[in-house]
Amino acid sequence: MRLINLDAGRFSPLLKILPFVILGLIYWIAADARHAANPDDKLLPTFEVIADAVVMMTTEVDELTEEPILFTDTVASLKRIGEGLGISVIIGLFFGIIQGTLPIVRSLLSPFSAAISLIPPIAILPILLIIFGLEEPAKVALIVIGVTPFLIRDTQQRALEIPEELLIKVQTLGASTWQIILRVVLPHVLPRLLDALRLSLGAAWLFLITAEAIASSEGLGYRIFLMRRYMEMDVIFPYVIWITFLAYMMDLMLAILIRKAFPWYRKEK
Amino acid sequence: MSYLQIRNVWKTYGDNVVLEKINLTIAQGEFCTLIGPSGCGKSTFLRMLMGQDTPSKGSILLDGKPISNEPDSDRGVVFQKYALFPHLKALENVMLGLEMEKSPLLGKVFGATRRKMKAEAMEMLESVGLAHSADKYPSELSGGMQQRLSIAQALVKKPKILLLDEPFGALDPGSKADMHVLVQGLWKKYGLTIFMVTHDVKEAFELGTRLLVFDKVRNDPHSPNAFGAIIVNDIKLDKNKQKNMGEDHVGINETISE
Repeated sequence: MRLINLDAGRFSPLLKILPFVILGLIYWIAADARHAANPDDKLLPTFEVIADAVVMMTTEVDELTEEPILFTDTVASLKRIGEGLGISVIIGLFFGIIQGTLPIVRSLLSPFSAAISLIPPIAILPILLIIFGLEEPAKVALIVIGVTPFLIRDTQQRALEIPEELLIKVQTLGASTWQIILRVVLPHVLPRLLDALRLSLGAAWLFLITAEAIASSEGLGYRIFLMRRYMEMDVIFPYVIWITFLAYMMDLMLAILIRKAFPWYRKEK
Repeated sequence: MSYLQIRNVWKTYGDNVVLEKINLTIAQGEFCTLIGPSGCGKSTFLRMLMGQDTPSKGSILLDGKPISNEPDSDRGVVFQKYALFPHLKALENVMLGLEMEKSPLLGKVFGATRRKMKAEAMEMLESVGLAHSADKYPSELSGGMQQRLSIAQALVKKPKILLLDEPFGALDPGSKADMHVLVQGLWKKYGLTIFMVTHDVKEAFELGTRLLVFDKVRNDPHSPNAFGAIIVNDIKLDKNKQKNMGEDHVGINETISE
């Protein structure tokens, strides 16, 4: 039988976990070997040490917030990324729709937003720090600047993809420009914008952690970079896994939202 | 008598002449079928009637007034495809036109108005035989059902003229025959004025009261775009004596195959 026709069948769940198990095993063997040579090794802490560190981070109370450190960091980071993505979605939706729907606005803004989207966001982080100082807006602004141009351009493209027949049809039904935007363009673009948002989650986390590493006093990125100074791999590893898990959950929740809120969307294809 | 007047209409794109001196007077309630080889301006003609394109020369009058140069609710349209709103269920697709009229700000109505509107849309769905699919999304409907829905959606606005752009071109023969019966029925019931572009000569003869054949008669081999298409045949089809059209039929076929 050809390999392209062979599927995993009932072994499929097993295959899905396998790479994770292998990675864990390799780590375990490597950590064990290093500890046999040097019991004080900090580079690859054993699972016991990592578990202790996780317990410490989840139970030990932060002096400022009187909450466990991991909790404080998670709330701070999620708040930033949530605000950043929220603002990005609103701006992206607004400009994406008017650029995609109104030819005059497209002529005016499309080349401009294309140019803006090519500015490397990290390159303007110093400017943001100068303007906003080390406060929250600098971090949120970096996410917004990093993600919004992509959302605008993607939304514009999706709006332009609406078949001409549909736009003619809705005009023959007597719709005004505003009604067309509200009843045709917006529903067409919304689920696609959420799809684009899923794709930009990776970038958003990248910008968040960068901003937190450079200027912050709490947050997941801040903690990782703080721990690097003391080579506390037992904290860094679980933090990385935790960040990955959070990003994965956000992606999953967006996917569920798209499916529930726009039941027609996947069927359309 | 003269409901739609087309006066010396030309359409050119740069040096490319697509249509030449089209003159037509159409009475209310006429069912015009448009045939002709590909690229001879049938669709361009339909686009001009729709307001999607403007004539380069000449004028088009509907009910004595020049037609608007953008699509409006005077003219309903049914395309071959892509003409249903995928995010709206069948009933909502029909209601959309009514909602736009009633609610300029939201394009959506609620409460008692909505219930009344639903009943009206439902009636329209029934007249195209789709009452049982009111709650389905367009993607869940077959090709024939989608076209029925598209017709209902256009008719609910009571357009002065209905434009059909190869509406049944993508349908299987069975659905096509059903659609013919449906369109004939609706045409009589609502007293519609219809323009239909088709590639199916038989369909054109069966459905129309007036057959318009588009073709290029003059051709300059050195500059193929110098001359546009004209209406080479304008045939009144007597609906009561359909068997008599044999002679004309042969003539038309020859024109088309040239």
